[in-house]
Amino acid sequence: MISNTLSKHTITALVQDKPGVLNRISSMFRRRGFNISSLAVGQSESETLSRMTFVVDGDDKVVEQVTKHLHKLIDVIKVTDISEENVISRELALIKVKAGAEHRDQVMQISSMFRANIIDVSKDFLLVEATGDENKINSLINLLRDIGISEVMRTGSVAMNRASNKGSKKIKQSIVSTRKWDEAASV
Amino acid sequence: MKLNGSQLICESLLLEGVESIFGLPGGAILPLYQTLPEYPSLKHILVRHEQGASHAADGFARVSGKPGVAWATSGPGATNLVTGIATAQMDSVPIVVITGQVPRAAIGSDAFQETDTTGITLPVTKHNYLVMDASEIPQIIKEAFHIASTGRPGPVLIDVPKDVQTEETEFDSETFATNYKNIKIDLPGYKPTLEGNIAQIKRAIKLIEDSQKPIILAGHGIIFSNAYEELKDLAEKAQIPVITTLLGISSFPETHVLSAGWPGMHGMAYSSIAIEQADLLIALGMRFDDRITGKPSTFATKSKKIHVDIDPSEISKNIKADVPIVGDIKHVLQKLNPLVKSKSHAKWLKEIEDLKVEHPSLQIRNTEKLLPQYVIKCLDEVTKGDAIIVTGVGQHQMWAAQHYTYTEPKTLVTSGGSGAMGYEVPGAMGAQVARPDKTVWSIAGDGGFQMTMAELATLVENKIPVKFAILNNNFLGMVRQWQEFFFDKDYVATEYSRNPDFVKLAEAFGMLGLKVTEKKQVKSAIQKAMDYDGPALIDFVVEEEENVYPMIPAGQSVENLIEEPNPEKAVSS
Ligand SMILES: Cc1ncc(C[n+]2csc(CCOP(=O)(O)OP(=O)(O)O)c2C)c(N)n1
Ligand SMILES: [Mg+2]
Repeated sequence: MISNTLSKHTITALVQDKPGVLNRISSMFRRRGFNISSLAVGQSESETLSRMTFVVDGDDKVVEQVTKHLHKLIDVIKVTDISEENVISRELALIKVKAGAEHRDQVMQISSMFRANIIDVSKDFLLVEATGDENKINSLINLLRDIGISEVMRTGSVAMNRASNKGSKKIKQSIVSTRKWDEAASV
Repeated sequence: MKLNGSQLICESLLLEGVESIFGLPGGAILPLYQTLPEYPSLKHILVRHEQGASHAADGFARVSGKPGVAWATSGPGATNLVTGIATAQMDSVPIVVITGQVPRAAIGSDAFQETDTTGITLPVTKHNYLVMDASEIPQIIKEAFHIASTGRPGPVLIDVPKDVQTEETEFDSETFATNYKNIKIDLPGYKPTLEGNIAQIKRAIKLIEDSQKPIILAGHGIIFSNAYEELKDLAEKAQIPVITTLLGISSFPETHVLSAGWPGMHGMAYSSIAIEQADLLIALGMRFDDRITGKPSTFATKSKKIHVDIDPSEISKNIKADVPIVGDIKHVLQKLNPLVKSKSHAKWLKEIEDLKVEHPSLQIRNTEKLLPQYVIKCLDEVTKGDAIIVTGVGQHQMWAAQHYTYTEPKTLVTSGGSGAMGYEVPGAMGAQVARPDKTVWSIAGDGGFQMTMAELATLVENKIPVKFAILNNNFLGMVRQWQEFFFDKDYVATEYSRNPDFVKLAEAFGMLGLKVTEKKQVKSAIQKAMDYDGPALIDFVVEEEENVYPMIPAGQSVENLIEEPNPEKAVSS
């Protein structure tokens, strides 16, 4: 979809941990032409539910449609657009840097500035492990690129809203209280 | 007696109130079939092609308001169902489809007739299931019927591996009915909003009060929600003209003074123009389909929009809503109507009346030729507007929607969103099974009819007395019309130069067949078909290159409306 205010939005979804759920979700994104820039999935606080974090490209209208269509899937229990809120987002990156002895210090220096760890060293390579928000990982990768990167593996962001971390007691309630579509739709 | 998977399916269907199932057997669904004789109250209608089964279930559902049921075997059986499933999905029709699947252990091995049925149908179902344990069947069937028939209705598919059908479970036939009743539907991710938000309803009231030129756009949702009375109350109380969508036809009596036609690509010109002139659109259970809006950015720019729909994702999807109300129309109108003040809008109604006179879209030109529109007019007359009309897709569909007078709910059954040619035969079969007491007329195209005419055998075999009016123009007429308008009459691959003899064909199937080539034969043939005890077909050999007017070309707006050329000038074409 064309839009003039393209930006990245972070959406989280609480979904049933059942076979095929990821397929339902990715199929919906593909079919409706929505762009996912990253996706991370893992178990939630409940054994039967997973939580997904999507980073989606698009304007407000696109994001409104994405959240509504996600919510329309029977296996999706709760959808939250947390882009606007006080969100903490982190991803993990493993970066293999091509660096012989002459560049090791430089890599270590850069890594320590980013609070990243060197987790493996060989004659020609260093393996850097970093966590942080997307921008931080991007900056780190940019700096390391000048030295020489041979492989990058990123998990995609997982995100959580500071205020929403209320512990498991509230979960039942949040499952029942889905969002107020009427208001959401009038953006 | 302990129940196995197949018995659980049959028992559960009976408890859901299912009476008829449309289907065709094969290896992977055979255990289920061999169980059927134990359940004589489940009436199975054996079709000739599985597309017939899914369309028939859809036609049944549209007319009865209850979920239709179709089933078929794995692989090609399942893929043949897909057109009917997609049709139901596009028009929000509740059907439950069961497919056989290869045994659990063989799944993923490319076994004989294995197809990823849940994968294929995922984007064209409201939800689907692969059953991996027979004891889950009752829960799944209960959920399936619930999901199919509530919220925004739609198709649900259940894929059942062959060995699940034979697997014995702990359920006992003695206690099953009670067990089934006690199953709790536990779908935390599925809670349709029924009650509209009162704050939004109040905002809607304000817009209605401020409006000088309001219009109600009534869609399929009115029919699903059974909100006919509420719609009439709202329209009458505030004197708001009602325009329906194609699928909303029959949700408001077309004989009512406030009825203002239907708009869009082949709708009435005055309806489309009125929408442009309105200052308020009250959209009820409709989705601003592109056949109505044309180019969305130029659609109804002078008006504010109140959009009521049970599916939040429809609101502001195509056209931005000023007041969004998510809810079931009936519930919403029950809250809204009492707050609406009585008004008259006499000036506005007069303006619309004048538009109707200036743009007489439904006039049939005076000629001795047999015009398809004339056939529909005669059908309307002879049946006194009291038949259920089922159509295929194309020119005949538009004429059927234009020239028949629909006054009772659920009397027009047509594939709108999907536009599935071939719907006219099995769709009519399903409609007639749902309402054996009614006359069902299928208004068919010679093209679409030939896609599914194998089901004539099913009609005769099961004594399902559908009457067919084939508007035979020896063309894929609607496509030919596009070629005439937009491709300089370059009729590539749209002429059927050697259609079969439909009368002989009818006779070969064991039904009454009649052929009509002249105006004066039309009414008596219709009467004869209706008097005949059983399915009948009339081959109306109509004017070949007749066009559907008016027309707003795809993606354009009312400014580009093409109205019928002056009859004097039109004679040569
Ligand atoms: C299954 C399918 N294939 C193709 C089309 C494209 N199409 C739309 S209308 C039409 C012509 C239909 O011909 P016919 O059934 O004879 O009806 P007519 O328009 O002549 O009344 C075609 C081919 C379609 N809607 N459905
Ligand atoms: Mg034709």
